[in-house]
Amino acid sequence: MLLLTCPWCGPRDETEFHYGGQAHVAYPATPADLPDQEWAEYLFYRDNAKGAFAERWVHSTGCRRWFNAVRDTVTYDVLAVYKPTDPRPDAAMAGTSPETSS
Amino acid sequence: MGGNGMSAQTDPRHLPEHPDWLWRNPDPKPSYDAIVIGGGGHGIATAYYLAKNHGMTNVAVLEKGWLAGGNMARNTTIIRSNYLWDESAGIYEFALKLWEQLPAELDYDFLFSQRGVLNLAHTLQDVRESTRRVNANRLNGVDAEWLDTDEVAKICPILNVSPDIRYPVLGATFQPRAGIAKHDHVAWAFARAADRLGVDFIQNCEVTGFLKDGARVVGVETSRGPISAGVVGMAAAGHSSVLAERAGFRLPIQSHPLQALVSELYEPVHPTVVMSNHVHVYVSQAHKGELVMGAGVDSYNGYGQRGSFHVIEHQMAAAVELFPIFARAHVLRTWGGIVDVSPDASPIIGQTPVENLYVNCGWGTGGFKATPSAGWTMAHTMATGQPHPLNAPFALERFATGALIDEHGAAAVAH
Ligand SMILES: Cc1cc2nc3c(=O)[nH]c(=O)nc-3n(C[C@H](O)[C@H](O)[C@H](O)COP(=O)(O)OP(=O)(O)OC[C@H]3O[C@@H](n4cnc5c(N)ncnc54)[C@H](O)[C@@H]3O)c2cc1C
Ligand SMILES: [Zn+2]
Repeated sequence: MLLLTCPWCGPRDETEFHYGGQAHVAYPATPADLPDQEWAEYLFYRDNAKGAFAERWVHSTGCRRWFNAVRDTVTYDVLAVYKPTDPRPDAAMAGTSPETSS
Repeated sequence: MGGNGMSAQTDPRHLPEHPDWLWRNPDPKPSYDAIVIGGGGHGIATAYYLAKNHGMTNVAVLEKGWLAGGNMARNTTIIRSNYLWDESAGIYEFALKLWEQLPAELDYDFLFSQRGVLNLAHTLQDVRESTRRVNANRLNGVDAEWLDTDEVAKICPILNVSPDIRYPVLGATFQPRAGIAKHDHVAWAFARAADRLGVDFIQNCEVTGFLKDGARVVGVETSRGPISAGVVGMAAAGHSSVLAERAGFRLPIQSHPLQALVSELYEPVHPTVVMSNHVHVYVSQAHKGELVMGAGVDSYNGYGQRGSFHVIEHQMAAAVELFPIFARAHVLRTWGGIVDVSPDASPIIGQTPVENLYVNCGWGTGGFKATPSAGWTMAHTMATGQPHPLNAPFALERFATGALIDEHGAAAVAH
């Protein structure tokens, strides 16, 4: 089981959370002009990184707030957690994290 | 044969011997007419049908590990064709018909046992969806019955059909021609036959990149050097996105861990296959006697070939509620594979944005049953450059056209 650190509540078991897939997927800026292929990209295509991956989690049985994490999809190490309003942490995406020691 | 009970020709004490090498172990040639990436069931079957149906024998299957050590070695071997939509009935029922003739064709008894599959219904909505699916199946010539609770109990007497459990069994769909087979032996049977037709199975050979001439693929980079090819097909299951990225395009696939487990060996107690989407467990009993049980996918993306333990706990809780006599059974081992989940729970088989490069992926939690028809249609597509009528609806373009084939009801966590 993963140990995830909610930015508001602290470290909790994975079973308190639900997964939200890739983070930082922006709603199309000009939806009315979007060609079908780009709608398909927005609706159905997500990165499927092998390695560091920025993803969303919601603390369903806790504070019920969303947050982002960078997690290694091979080792499952959580490299960073951050609020949805924060930028994606470059160091974690490069596979290292100053904050965690795993 | 159908119905319940162990298949007659199959004495559980006499499994086929572990084979000696059923295929040569050649070094790669510099060039092939066709290269298949991934030596799982689908890649091996593709190579077999390229040779058998299309006379293409200068073919290599490149496998980064050992042959059929990926999901092909890890699945719970359930075979059925009772999916909802016409497109799915087409490709899964074609597979089931091939399964029925393959032991003779490949001259290999891989213990295909048509012991039937029960898909349980636990809620009113389940009942409605199930009866709808039975009717859809019948219209497509797929054998399917709706059984009430008493009839379910007759087919699988150890099932707890008490009305007092949290999710009582309100009935089930039953497909008598469905069943299980020995996955490893299926792979070896196909590989032996393909090898005899001239196909090279090259193990420990990872594809690390693609050789291109403009927009056209002309070969692959591998851990054993570059190899040129007329056409290339990807059958890399959980690693399809990684390969697509190397080829310069994207797939609408998410890779998830999917776990399963077996118990110690027991006397035959479980005559059929029972699946429950609602409580997330499915169970059969292997010929040797292990109870084979599968769970749902882990929610997160993962390439680690392992998942979280709470998923197994959840699955065990469901299994014990449905089968109280399993309460004292011991788990022998658990494992995980990496499954390639598509947005509509249906596969993607066809052309890619790269010329002469074809893809077969997106089978997610349920592609073992389709091994023969995935191979057949992928071979057709690679050999002719055009999809077979059975895989045409499963093209990558459907995500842009909107012609999705939504099988979440019939596939979902179940297989
Ligand atoms: C626990 C579990 C239970 C399942 N139960 C069922 C079931 O009951 N019924 C059912 O129908 N389906 C089931 N499935 C799904 C089924 O196993 C898969 O859909 C199917 O095996 C996928 O096709 P494959 O056999 O070709 O995949 P795999 O055996 O995974 O083959 C893909 C191969 O590609 C290789 N590869 C990847 N990248 C590269 C590269 N770069 N270069 C070279 N080779 C590469 C891999 O090493 C691997 O051997 C289950 C899966 C799991 C994990
Ligand atoms: Zn919280």
